[in-house]
Amino acid sequence: MNNAVRRKLIQLAAFGFTNTHIGNFAAGKLYTGKWKQFCNPGLHCYSCPAATLACPIGAMQAVAGSMQFNFSFYVVGFLLAVGVLLGRFVCGWICPFGLVQELFYKIPSHKCKLPKLFTYVKYGILILFVIVLPVTATNYMGMGQPAFCQYICPSGTLFGGIPMTATHPELRTTTGFLFGLKMGILLLTIIASVFVFRFFCKTLCPLGAIYGLLNKVSIHHLDVDKSACIQCGKCARTCKMDVNPVTSPRSAECIRCGACAAACPKQAIRLGFRNGSKKEEHHHENT
Amino acid sequence: MKLSTPKRAILQCAFLLAAALMIVCGINRGEQETVWNKAANICLECIGLG
Repeated sequence: MNNAVRRKLIQLAAFGFTNTHIGNFAAGKLYTGKWKQFCNPGLHCYSCPAATLACPIGAMQAVAGSMQFNFSFYVVGFLLAVGVLLGRFVCGWICPFGLVQELFYKIPSHKCKLPKLFTYVKYGILILFVIVLPVTATNYMGMGQPAFCQYICPSGTLFGGIPMTATHPELRTTTGFLFGLKMGILLLTIIASVFVFRFFCKTLCPLGAIYGLLNKVSIHHLDVDKSACIQCGKCARTCKMDVNPVTSPRSAECIRCGACAAACPKQAIRLGFRNGSKKEEHHHENT
Repeated sequence: MKLSTPKRAILQCAFLLAAALMIVCGINRGEQETVWNKAANICLECIGLG
């Protein structure tokens, strides 16, 4: 089985695992069991009727914006552990919203690259909407709002907003400017995803920003055997995240999809937990 | 900044230890209850109504 098929199957399995309560869509109710106290490694709205786990970005804001706490050790610890173990492998192989964007990218059209400057926007969103606003913009009771979920998150609109408003007439009557704004962002994300590979992951996702920073130290990583590399540039041309794996194998943009390793004619790139290229490994096996 | 393999290994261990301590600290403070309360009820902000 080639890498692309294996990745797609794992993405579908992860999508299924995070949406096990599919029957809830018809009634528009949420799963309320104990699994909801655990976070999903990928971005998936906990107000999605099928969701099994909690969204880590939503959970981080909810705890930090609550009356009792200003910071979530529980969620930050979870993200740190997942990020150090896997880095942006989560984005490439597990995240449900990543899979959705990849499916839209399959629509035949002219494909574009984004200027690198756009990739820095997600760090601003992480700092302002996820870390600062939920703690500082509080009401008289000291409770903050989950600003990223409230004003930006297109995953919440797609998996939570649309199914819930479709099944609850009383919620439909309360839709207004905010719902329109979020629908606009969702529409923009979907349209942009047709032309730009993983537009949201590249530009807006705060979870991608966290895992991207941890790509620098993650145990799961890309390894390039510089002695085997013939500088053909095939890996960089193959990469849809616009990364050159030879010069920056630990780039914050790399989602560890493995397309570069599969494309390398010299097997100089390896994706995994161990150090050393595939070629070096074969060499050791043969000696 | 390029990290050497031993330095990276030390950082990985330190981060994993810090992550484990933070999770234990968070559970000890009852944060997972706050997460469950938010996740098990319709989040009006998340769906664009709040």
